[in-house]
Amino acid sequence: MSVSTTFATARAEGRAALVGYLPCGFPDAAGGDAALLAMVEAGCDVIEIGLPYSDPVMDGPTVQAAAQQALDNGFRTRDVLRTVEAVAATGTPALVMTYWNPVERYGVERFAADLANAGGAGLITPDITPDADPAWEQAADAHALDKVYLVAPSSTDERIAMTVAHCRGFVYATAVMGVTGARATTSDLAGPLVARTKRATDLPVAVGLGISNGDQAAEVAAKDGIGADGVIVGSAFVRALLDHPGDLRAGLRALTALTEDLAAGVRRA
Amino acid sequence: MTTPPERTTSYDADALGWFGGPERGFGGRFMPEALVAALDELTAAWQDAMADPAFLADFDAILRDYAGMPSPLYFAERLSDKVGARILLKREDLNHTGAHKIRNVLGQALLTRRMGKTRVIAETGAGQHGVASATAAAYFGLDCTVYMGSVDTKRQALNVARMNLLGAKVVAVDSGSATLKDAINEALRDWVASVDHTAYLFGTAAGPHPFPSMVREFCRGIGDEARAQCLEQYGALPDAITACVGGGSNAIGLFTAFLGDEDVAIYGFEPGGEGFETGRHAATIHAGDRGVLHGARTYVLQDEDGQTQESHSISAGLDYPGVGPQHAYLADVGRATYEPVTDAEAMDAMALLARTEGIIPAIESAHALAGALRLAPERQGQTILVNLSGRGDKDMETAISWFGLGDADAETGEVQ
Repeated sequence: MSVSTTFATARAEGRAALVGYLPCGFPDAAGGDAALLAMVEAGCDVIEIGLPYSDPVMDGPTVQAAAQQALDNGFRTRDVLRTVEAVAATGTPALVMTYWNPVERYGVERFAADLANAGGAGLITPDITPDADPAWEQAADAHALDKVYLVAPSSTDERIAMTVAHCRGFVYATAVMGVTGARATTSDLAGPLVARTKRATDLPVAVGLGISNGDQAAEVAAKDGIGADGVIVGSAFVRALLDHPGDLRAGLRALTALTEDLAAGVRRA
Repeated sequence: MTTPPERTTSYDADALGWFGGPERGFGGRFMPEALVAALDELTAAWQDAMADPAFLADFDAILRDYAGMPSPLYFAERLSDKVGARILLKREDLNHTGAHKIRNVLGQALLTRRMGKTRVIAETGAGQHGVASATAAAYFGLDCTVYMGSVDTKRQALNVARMNLLGAKVVAVDSGSATLKDAINEALRDWVASVDHTAYLFGTAAGPHPFPSMVREFCRGIGDEARAQCLEQYGALPDAITACVGGGSNAIGLFTAFLGDEDVAIYGFEPGGEGFETGRHAATIHAGDRGVLHGARTYVLQDEDGQTQESHSISAGLDYPGVGPQHAYLADVGRATYEPVTDAEAMDAMALLARTEGIIPAIESAHALAGALRLAPERQGQTILVNLSGRGDKDMETAISWFGLGDADAETGEVQ
């Protein structure tokens, strides 16, 4: 299923889509795949697979630690393609979230081709904007891959219009000015940003950064509130695994419980 | 120091920060969308300031009255006699805080004040840029936070103390390799969250547009002064100029004035560490591959998956796995030549300058001098202008262990 179909289905059900993130190869290669499949099983509508990178400037300590663990375990770029294949086989769309240099190093066209072959839906690119480099645009278009760029509370209306014009799949709205990481309260910057983005596009708008439980997910998805079409959760999933070092089964139980809480949250809105 | 009539060169970036155009692909701006508005604001404010004679006059006055510029151009006569070429030293080591870096931070801090921001952040490796940033923050009355890898805060405790005394907050960074590149990452993370009231005083001519161009313009007084001094004192331009290149701010600061002088050979000397073959080096242009690091496409020391590799240099100020994108471009088009200088060559040059001229250079700057010594046999009788970008007081711990110094009764021996 494509990302846009998934969002359309969720919308038809009168709810937001739940997008779940984990870095590839965390806590280890086999455990990482099992974790993502558990998230699919428990109710994530879209899976976002992080490509571990040595210099992740948009990530807070939780995701940094997880990505570093994957790198220390010997993660290679090609490993993400196998994980994409495993997730895509469930019918749940799998996007890769990656900093730019590993893609450029792999070869942009080659990466796009291999990602498409693996059944991947597309890329989320936190450190490039559509005007940074045309190479990804061309490769994504050639292979019909989704291009998910970020908009931020600091984005001008002109930049939001430019960015959404280049997006395919959905638009990623960062709810806070800051890096990834769970936060106790929902940002008051999310609502205005979603509203400004929705004025510029008919694409689904998903909100990420800081969401860690079902109540926050419900708040972000509330139609009379922030009104996001999707809720993106990352660090909280990572935390669930980090809290159970060396005990994958306990980690998977925690992931499942968190996913069920979040999936209920996006349906409560 | 005064603003030259010809500020632009044919090697400048385009409006989007590409050196040599987007086709060649050096520079640019590979950054999170959250920071784009701030980078746009900074670009506009900087260009507005550079067109304002009052700003430029302020900058010149601060450099002159506070930081001791212009720095002298000094004929190193005993050294020249020894090597057979006329060696001229641009004495940036005599600047306030002991290096060229004060030019960049005073320029950026003056711009920060003009933009109405109240806080500055900076990254630092050895601590020189951190100390310079803390100094500029104290001068302008700005809050200052400096990010420094925890490996470096231990190695450079004296500089941490200097920053503390100057009123800056120093944050030790434990992530990644806990060195300069990770300090940059952490500063960028701070900036994403604080950008409405905070300016990022980037420490070298790298990073996303406009930093490579802006840092160059604040440092270009090195070359503007040296070129004018050379003409005035010797009636001719030098035959060759040399600078060390880590990120490359002192080098681009020297090179810019000479880019249009086709008869002047331009050399950048990269940290060759323990030798290219050992893998323990930071010779990014010589041994790196094209890639994107910290917001720009340039040469990067990276593995086959694009993960940044750790660099090594005896000189902490050159220990960086990337390089400013304009250097990548100048290397690519052949306007400047970049060669590695090993730790051992740099330390020999440090000792030689100390013995022949009574000047202890920073180990960074000793790379530029070692490069000049390498050129001398083929340039007998010619003039080689070396950017002595900083002084070596900060490097005495390294010198003590390298040379075995500090024993009162020891023979000092001869230096080759």
